[in-house]
Order: sequence, then C-alpha cells, then structure tokens
Amino acid sequence: MTSTAGVDSRILRAPHPVPGAPDNWKRFFSFNTDAKVIGIQYIATALFFLLVGGLLAMIMRGELITPEADLVDRTVYNGLYTMHGTIMLFLFIFPVLNGLNNLLIPCMIGAPDMAFPKLNAAAFWMVPVFGVILMASFLVPGGPASSGWWSYPPVSLQNPLGHLINGEALWILAVALSGISSIMGAVNVVTTILRLRAPGMSLGRMPIFCWTALSAQTIQLIGLPALTGGAVMLLFDLVVGTSFYRPEGGGDPVLYQHFFWFYSHPAVYVIILPVFGVFSELFPVYARKPLFGYPFVAGASLVIVGLSLIVWVHHMFPSGVPQWMRDVFMVTTMLIAVPTGIKVFAWLATLWGGKLRLNTAMLFALGGLFNFVFAGVTGIMLATVPVDIHVNNTYFVVGHFHYVIYGAATMGVYAAIYHWFPKFTGHMYYEGLGKLHFLLTFIGTNLNFFPMHPLGLMGMPRRVSSYDPEFAFWNVIASLGAFLLGVSIIPFLLNLVSSWVRGPKSPANPWTAIGLEWLLPSPPPAENFEEHVPTVISGPYGYGTGRPLVEHQAEIERSLLQA
Amino acid sequence: MTISPPLDDAPTPQGHDVAYANHSLTGFIIFLCSESVIFLAFFSGYALLKLSALQWLPPGVEGLEWRSPLLYTVVLVSSSGTVALAERCLSRGQLWGFRSFWLLSMAMGAVFLYGQASEWRSLAFGITSGSFGSCFYLLTGFHGLHVLSGILLMALMLQRSFRPANYAAGEQGVIATSLFWHFVDVIWVMLFLLLYAWS
Repeated sequence: MTSTAGVDSRILRAPHPVPGAPDNWKRFFSFNTDAKVIGIQYIATALFFLLVGGLLAMIMRGELITPEADLVDRTVYNGLYTMHGTIMLFLFIFPVLNGLNNLLIPCMIGAPDMAFPKLNAAAFWMVPVFGVILMASFLVPGGPASSGWWSYPPVSLQNPLGHLINGEALWILAVALSGISSIMGAVNVVTTILRLRAPGMSLGRMPIFCWTALSAQTIQLIGLPALTGGAVMLLFDLVVGTSFYRPEGGGDPVLYQHFFWFYSHPAVYVIILPVFGVFSELFPVYARKPLFGYPFVAGASLVIVGLSLIVWVHHMFPSGVPQWMRDVFMVTTMLIAVPTGIKVFAWLATLWGGKLRLNTAMLFALGGLFNFVFAGVTGIMLATVPVDIHVNNTYFVVGHFHYVIYGAATMGVYAAIYHWFPKFTGHMYYEGLGKLHFLLTFIGTNLNFFPMHPLGLMGMPRRVSSYDPEFAFWNVIASLGAFLLGVSIIPFLLNLVSSWVRGPKSPANPWTAIGLEWLLPSPPPAENFEEHVPTVISGPYGYGTGRPLVEHQAEIERSLLQA
Repeated sequence: MTISPPLDDAPTPQGHDVAYANHSLTGFIIFLCSESVIFLAFFSGYALLKLSALQWLPPGVEGLEWRSPLLYTVVLVSSSGTVALAERCLSRGQLWGFRSFWLLSMAMGAVFLYGQASEWRSLAFGITSGSFGSCFYLLTGFHGLHVLSGILLMALMLQRSFRPANYAAGEQGVIATSLFWHFVDVIWVMLFLLLYAWS
C-alpha cells in the first residue's frame, strides 16, 4: 500500500488517454480499448437502436389505433414486429447493459480495465456490424425477416423468392454474430470480476451490481452457445437444405424451440439481474441506509442463475410436450419467485424508514420496481399451465414481457444512466428535464402496456394488424400510451446532450455514495486507480455507520475536494 | 501445471501484469466451458432426432464403417499424451524436447484430419440426406474445424518458442493450447461413441 501522500498525488493525476488513442470526441469512433470509452460506445449505439426499434413500434401502434389494417399491410406488419423485437433485444437492451458493465465493473472493483481490453473492443464493434446486417434486410428482395423475433421453423424456413440472401438468412446471421459478441463480453466480465478485484475486496464485499453482472454473464456463457448452435442449424436448413428442423427430412421443428428457449428465457434474467443490481446500488444511496440482507440479495442472484436454466419449457406448454414436463417446468418457473421475492423484500426493508431523496435516478428506480412487481405477478400467472394455455399468444403475454423489459429493465437502465452520468461525463444532469422524462415514461409505460392485459384476457391475439372492433377501446389507450413513450425520449436525449456539453461540473461524489467508483475523480482517469488501488476494508453499503470503505479514505476524499 | 523459472533473460512484467498474471488462462477456461455447451446442444439435438426418427439412416445406407475411424481416434487421443509430454519438457526448460513433441502432436492432428477427409469422400450420403446426414456432417465438420484451429494454435506457439525470452512470464499460451487440445480430444471420444458406437 502506498503512503497517504502517494495516494493523494497519484489518484488525482489528470486523465490520460490509452496509448495511441485520440483524446477527444473522436475516441468514441475509434477502436479504443478503454472500458469507459467502450461503455459509452455501447450505450450510444444502444440508444440509437432504441430510437429505430421505437420508431417501428410507433408505426405498429399507429396501425393498431383502428381495427382495420389501414396504415400498413399485413406482410409489412409481420416484418415490423419481427424487427422491433429483435432490435430491442439484441441491439438495445443487451448492448446498453454491456455498456453499464464496461463503465461500472472495473471502477467498482478497482481494476484498471476489463481483463481483455482488445477482445472487449472487438466485441463492441461486432454490434454495429450485426446492426447493419440486420437493417440491410429491409433492402433485400422479400423484405426483412417476418416470422417473429423467435423465428420458429417451419415458418422461418419459407423462402418463396428463392434468393440466397434473404431477410431470414440475414436475421440468423445477425443473431449468431450477436451471440458470439455476447460470449466474448461474458468471458471478459466473468474473468474481470473473478481475477481483477482490488486488495481486500472479497466476494462478500463486492457491490451487488457486480454480483448480478457475474450471475447474468454466467447465464450468457451457458445459454448463448445453445442458441448460437440452434441458429447455425437453422441457417443450414434455410441455405444448405439440411433437415435439422424440416419434418420432411426427419427433422423436428420443436427441437429449435428447445434451443431457442433454453437461452431466450434465461435471457430475461440476463436483462433483469443487472437491473436488480442497479436497484441494490441506488436504494441504499438515496435512502441513506445499508442494503438490507446483503448475503441474501447476492445469493438470490446465484439461485436465479440455477433456476433460470431449468424453466424454458414454460414457453412451450402448447407445443405438445408431455404433461409431466409441463408440471415440472411449471413448478421450477414458480420457484423463481422465491429468490426474486427475497430481493424485493430486501429493497423494501432498505427503503423502510429511510430518508428518501427523490431525484430522477431514484424515481426511475422506484418506478422500475413498481413495474417489476406487477410483471412478476403476471409472470406467476403465466407459469400456471391452464392460464398459460388460455392466454398464450395473446396480448396478455405481450403486456407481461413489456412490463419486464421496458417497465422494469429499461427504467432501471435510465436510473443507472442518471445515477452514474456525473461520474463518467464529469457533468451534472438537469433534474427538471430528468423528472419530466420520468413522468412521461412512467405514465406512458402503464398506459401502453397495462391495456394489453385485459386485451389478452379478452382473447386478442398478438401479431395481428387488424382486429375485432370489441378490442378497439383498450387499443386506443395503448396506442396513446405508446406515443407518450415516444415523446418521453425527447427530454431524455436533450438532457444527455445538453448536460454533457454545458451542464455544471460534477464533484467526485455528488450523491455522497459509498463505493470505489466514487473515490475516483469525475470523469475517472484512463486506467482508474492504475497501480495505486486502495485496500478495501469493509462492505460497500455502510450508510449511516460511518465505517470507511478503504484505507486512507478520509485523505483521498479530502484531496478530491481540494481538486 | 508447474511453471518453470524464466528460460531466458527477459524483462520483468510491470504493473498490473504481475498482479493479474494468469487471468488470461482463467478467461480461456471460461471460454472452453462455454464452448462445450455448443457441443452439448448438438449432442442432445442428435440424440433427440435419433430417438424420435421413423427412419434414421438415409435409404441404402446400412451403417457407418467404424474400423478406420477407430484407428484415427487412437491417433487423436494419443496426441493428448504427446502434448502433455511437450508441456513437461517446457516446464523443465528443454525447449527442443518441447518443440519435437509439439510438432509430433500437430502431425497426429493432421493425420486425423486426413482420415476424416478420406471418410467424407467415401461416404454414400451427403449433408442433405435427411436428419442423419445433416447431423453427421455438422458434428464431424464442427469438430474438424476445432482440430484445425488447434493445429493452427500449436503452430503459433511453436513459432513463439523461437522468439527470445518469450516464455519468461509463464507459458500461458502453451497451457491454453494444450487444454484446448485435450478438450477437442474428449469431445471426439464422445462424438465417436454417439456416431459410430450408438448406431
């Protein structure tokens, strides 16, 4: 350990670039190996695709505002929902979470960078490449893939125009590339967390965000190869003429469903676990209380990893799987409510009696938690075989997963972006614009996605561009909610850009939060603490206890204040 | 695996390279675990298709000839032993011993690939001959790609062994390549049992 003076002088040195990389805005357009630059590259790319995917959703909701198919025809509509789902999952939510991993994990655990910086940059640059491949499908004859974001055969194996390069083939290629990129990212995250922690930071002192990232990326490592393998087989069936899934050659279309859902159900936890991490980081800061039940919150993530890999058949209840399989997977699916419930009660106990600071980040975290609890309740309903068989392929399912993915996960991501914005840009955001963004998002989300539940129970099928007029009332409300959500992006982007360009300078620790990242200047220097990493001496949630997190903490904070 | 003292005069690694000396190996092992899931997916797909098939083998095909594949299997599995011998030489600082056994392992891998290519040429069915043909060519082809990658990795390590002071910070590249090779061998044994023994 260096002397106090050594800590002071070195920790506050001016940010320096990675050797050979530009030190201005151009670095965000270069093959830069700094995890913080890559993090921002990921988030910016993801936000761009959020706009693209959102635009497709606006067209769909515009179509659904009346019962007739009068805005786009049915074929175009098929392409719209397929591409909307694919873009939002593979080009928005996964990349944005990868961005958070890159920004937060090295700083939180005191590592200079991710374990494999070049692999990290390569994994990022695959995202725009597969984004272009996916978007190019709008230009090929026959248009984009149109068999839903899961591309079930035999529908996805139809290639009526007979072109080798068609929307479906491009879809599979993009998803396979996305899988490879995510596996590269997961190897990086897991290795970084396991091997690059600061001295004294045992696993029991690691921030919950790192626990949830470790859990989520473990799921990626186990689940993604199955999807990638299944996608390669689908591509072979489509392009080469093999018979993995073609019944006429002895193949089995249900096999694809197993591969697909073995990954794509756990993918929900890949998305929501890091958001649980964000909630666990934010609630103690803004309630000024230690996180309730740290070991249980951390352990519950691991239990979720184990359970998430044995629930996939609940997506296939109507596919003809045997009854015993339905029973087993109904029970395992319901069991996930236990570790999830532990987390929710731990957050409520953390908030209970706390002095809540309701700034934008906290509002988004609370709103996200509210939506998540609602989504959890409908999730349990869907795990029940009879209910699932009744509402499968109706708007009830669409409402449920949009509550998870937009209501909880995306709002959690917004919370994270606002909370750590000052740390990584060096500027404060504008609270007024942030609160307006929250208000529009929260109202828009509930207006948009709540009506889908009564619609589903009434029997409105998903993936239709025209419907019976009896469904019109709830559809109009849902569409108005969607347009409100579309508008909500404007104050968000305005806030990000204007705050970064001319927002007030941020101190090192504007929220008086506990955590290694808050001991770094804002923005942190290129290699974080470099070799002068403070020794961690306690857990990360000592709010109200006065316990220091690291050795020489008082000296480090004093020198940051003077700077 | 023990790591010998530096073989040559080499600059001592600086900064966090020391603290995180073998994280590359950790990353590689994690990657291998993930990679094994792709094979597991293919294996389970093969088993599922075979168990539910009304007609498994393509018309006119009686079964697979297993004698020469068994011979090439012995060659490939033995190469795990020569790789281990190469590693032992390296840990004792015997560079030429390492190079010889390493080269021998590469040659054995190449012989296996040659065997697979000749088998493919002699087969009466193709990749589009029903789900059996599809599975057979996918599984053996994907594994063959891994053998080829292993040989290329070994060639890289062999070339690095001629660079002065290359193994000063530990032989992580060699350990990783050797792990990869053992992995490819184990996968082949499982593949052999699935494709040839269970027919």
